[in-house]
Amino acid sequence: MIQERARVRLEYEDGVLHAAVYGEIDHHSARPLREELDQALYKYRPRRLIISLKCVSFMDSSGLGLILGRVNTAEDVGAVVEVTDPGTQIKKILTLAGASRLANLKIQG
Amino acid sequence: MKVKNEVFNTMKLTLPALSINESVCRAFTGAFLSCLNPTIEDLCDLKCVVSEAVTNCIVHAYGPGFSGREDQKLIYITMTLFANRTVRITVRDRGVGIPDVEQARQPLFTTGAGDERSGMGFSVMESFTDRMTVHSRPGQGTSVTLIKRVR
Repeated sequence: MIQERARVRLEYEDGVLHAAVYGEIDHHSARPLREELDQALYKYRPRRLIISLKCVSFMDSSGLGLILGRVNTAEDVGAVVEVTDPGTQIKKILTLAGASRLANLKIQG
Repeated sequence: MKVKNEVFNTMKLTLPALSINESVCRAFTGAFLSCLNPTIEDLCDLKCVVSEAVTNCIVHAYGPGFSGREDQKLIYITMTLFANRTVRITVRDRGVGIPDVEQARQPLFTTGAGDERSGMGFSVMESFTDRMTVHSRPGQGTSVTLIKRVR
């Protein structure tokens, strides 16, 4: 009945898990995204997780929690996390939290 | 001549503390501000701070520590638009309250460790607006007021 506010398209190839997120990331939509991403991380155990935020139209600090949480899960399976194409707004939030200073998180674009 | 800071428009919203209402509140914020023809950045900033404040009500004010009835979990939002393009947004709840507001305002501080909270909600609200005030009484509720001049 209720349409999901966000979804993720996953693709795995040669040790790299690509996760393209679509829609709005807030507290409501973060939980299903978190479950899907963690399942895929444990299933494929990639070396790199690339989260594309190109098609994310909104993100608040819940999205930050989602990304930082995935950095923790990725560490569990020995993967590093890369975040690509954050919009202006998302960049401001990542900068505010000092996310770019984390050793296991790369931010591109 | 000093321009009087007259109230230009107001909006009051009362919504149940359901997470689906986070996006509903953002949509109302956008609609309320549309007459200002704001920049994308200002619009995104204000949608984001409303989202943060409403999320706090849902996760913390009416979280596991709240002992009231389900139908008492309400979020009260008041938006006032002044003639000088200043917006005042108040997000209020009758939830558990915050015992130490100064501590809660600190970057990365969170009580909701189990649910992957970043602890950046108040920091985002503070940095995306011109002024943030937080009033809280344990057992009574919390009121967050955010003020921003829109370009």
